[in-house]
Amino acid sequence: MTANASISVRSLSKWYGSWRALRDVSMDIEGGTCTVLCGPSGSGKSTLLRCLNGLEEWQEGDVVIGGVPVGYRAGELRRLRRDVGMVFQSFNLFPHLSVLDNVTLAPRIVRRRGRRESEQHAMQLLERVGVGQHAAKLPSALSGGQQQRVAIARALAMRPSILLFDEPTSALDPESVKEVLDVMIDLARSGTTMAVVTHEMGFARRVAGRVVFMDKGSIVETGEPDEFFDCPCTDRAKAFLGNIARN
Amino acid sequence: MATTSVSGNSRAPATAAGRLLATAVANPFGTLVVLGLAYLAWTLGLPIVDWAFVNATWVASDRAGCNPDGACWAFIVNRLPQFAFGFYPEAERWRAWIVLLAPPLLLLLAMAPDFPGRRRILVVGFCLYPIAAFVMLAGGVLGLAPVPSEKWGGLLLTMVVGLGAFVFSFPIAILLAIGRASKLPAIRLLATGFIEFWRGMPLIAILFMSVIMLPLFLPPGVEFPRLTLAMIGITLYSAAFLAEVARGGLQSVSRGQSEAANALGFGFWAMQGYIVMPQALRAVLPGIVNSAISLLKDTTYVMVVGLFDLLNIVNAALSDPAWLGLATEGYVFVGLVFWSLCFGLSQVSARMERDAERNQSRTPSGERKAP
Ligand SMILES: Nc1ncnc2c1ncn2[C@@H]1O[C@H](COP(=O)(O)OP(=O)(O)OP(=O)(O)O)[C@@H](O)[C@H]1O
Ligand SMILES: [Mg+2]
Repeated sequence: MTANASISVRSLSKWYGSWRALRDVSMDIEGGTCTVLCGPSGSGKSTLLRCLNGLEEWQEGDVVIGGVPVGYRAGELRRLRRDVGMVFQSFNLFPHLSVLDNVTLAPRIVRRRGRRESEQHAMQLLERVGVGQHAAKLPSALSGGQQQRVAIARALAMRPSILLFDEPTSALDPESVKEVLDVMIDLARSGTTMAVVTHEMGFARRVAGRVVFMDKGSIVETGEPDEFFDCPCTDRAKAFLGNIARN
Repeated sequence: MATTSVSGNSRAPATAAGRLLATAVANPFGTLVVLGLAYLAWTLGLPIVDWAFVNATWVASDRAGCNPDGACWAFIVNRLPQFAFGFYPEAERWRAWIVLLAPPLLLLLAMAPDFPGRRRILVVGFCLYPIAAFVMLAGGVLGLAPVPSEKWGGLLLTMVVGLGAFVFSFPIAILLAIGRASKLPAIRLLATGFIEFWRGMPLIAILFMSVIMLPLFLPPGVEFPRLTLAMIGITLYSAAFLAEVARGGLQSVSRGQSEAANALGFGFWAMQGYIVMPQALRAVLPGIVNSAISLLKDTTYVMVVGLFDLLNIVNAALSDPAWLGLATEGYVFVGLVFWSLCFGLSQVSARMERDAERNQSRTPSGERKAP
């Protein structure tokens, strides 16, 4: 895989009007590693992720991908988006296109690759995530887990240098959660740089290099997964993990 | 319904008449209603059939040759070439024939069973039609003799104006709809202002304005034929209505779609063209066809600026001394022609909706995942 660039965030701040959603966030994701983001609802996890792929503009700070700083200006954000893949909680597949076309559209239109080449690559990716036999169907004919795996293949087709996941399994039934996590574990093991917002502790323990805990727009604590989940240092993290355990 | 009780435990009667009788007995109220309706249809419908067919005259050289108790269709038959083509010179009629027959043929193709490339032919056909029709009719190029647009008329003119205005207004409408949803206040204001202006004015006023006022703004020496000026007015009018239909479609596409497109690096126009618009327009297909139907009928207003579309040319023919007093026949004819065109359009719309539905509900996969 090519998705193994490092990414670093330097004193990122973001306001929605007068509401400060991110406060001076700095973080490094080493190339080829998986970082899990967690924290209470409204803590800014999605906002941070959306800044990382340029879906949101930010007001202060830099994002550096593979050593190249990307500012917050519109033209630079476009470049950022091509190199950073994103998988959403609600899949967001294109309902009017077949599974195969969902995967090939961006490489063909954005990267200007040929149809043959894109389709070959797409089929490889669809096989890899285990939905190769559904290539000709429309997304609505697939189960949730299958759709999310197509969405992962779609993001991979752009050959991004890093993959972002925003709660990729929270809209799925337990059986589908496992299908999707298996694919993500496989990706992480093969050395893809990943940032994943999730509360799946099992996933974090198995493949995450680091866990980042956010609260109220800032990073409160980071650490190795086992360390963090077994004995968090801060009170806020303790309270949060207590809440999760209770649910 | 009570009718279902017939197929109870008793043996079903063998003959159709027997079954009918059994149904009638089982449901006396329904039977009464049906008989009442049949009586009404008989008393009202029979005179119409008598007038339109039994007593009608199809061949005659003037009004006097027609049976006074029936329809004088001979008037329509005699004038048919004029109603179809206006004053288009007879030597060049073959060009008019092509322009006149192309849209019905495209409609037939739209109803035909699917084959590879059918959709492409349809889209390209409808998009090219207005330009191709104009070139074909106007001539002056490709060795075609020039025919001034004052000579175009009848159904030919209706077709060219209706389809032309619709096709030209489509891209404008899409731009307006996108503009109205824009984040930039200036663009939003412009688009909204444009839409409200053209939507709020009566078409007749627009036609007068475009034919009388527009030339005042053109540089001296530049002259457009009245048909072109009227077309510009109708196109903008139609664009304003279509834009609102398209906007409804845009609102039905979820934000997640544009986010996913953005996340994949699509630029704004690529996102609109490949992802948002195809979904938006599909969602409002019935509204689009509805607009097309009303536009087709609205073309009859061009008579106020002296263009001879189908309605106006029939209207003018009514004052021919040889065929006086045949208004009913004339308007029934115009009505039937318009009705057939609109009926064709709504059939195509129904077909497209059926296709879209079948696509959406393709059998879901039974199996869960590959072993
Ligand atoms: N478009 C927006 N406009 C205004 N405020 C916003 C917007 N998007 C997010 N916010 C605010 O920013 C804060 C962070 O939101 P964010 O979606 O990043 O939280 P999150 O950690 O992802 O929460 P969750 O677990 O519920 O998804 C929240 O308080 C939210 O209300
Ligand atoms: Mg979130």
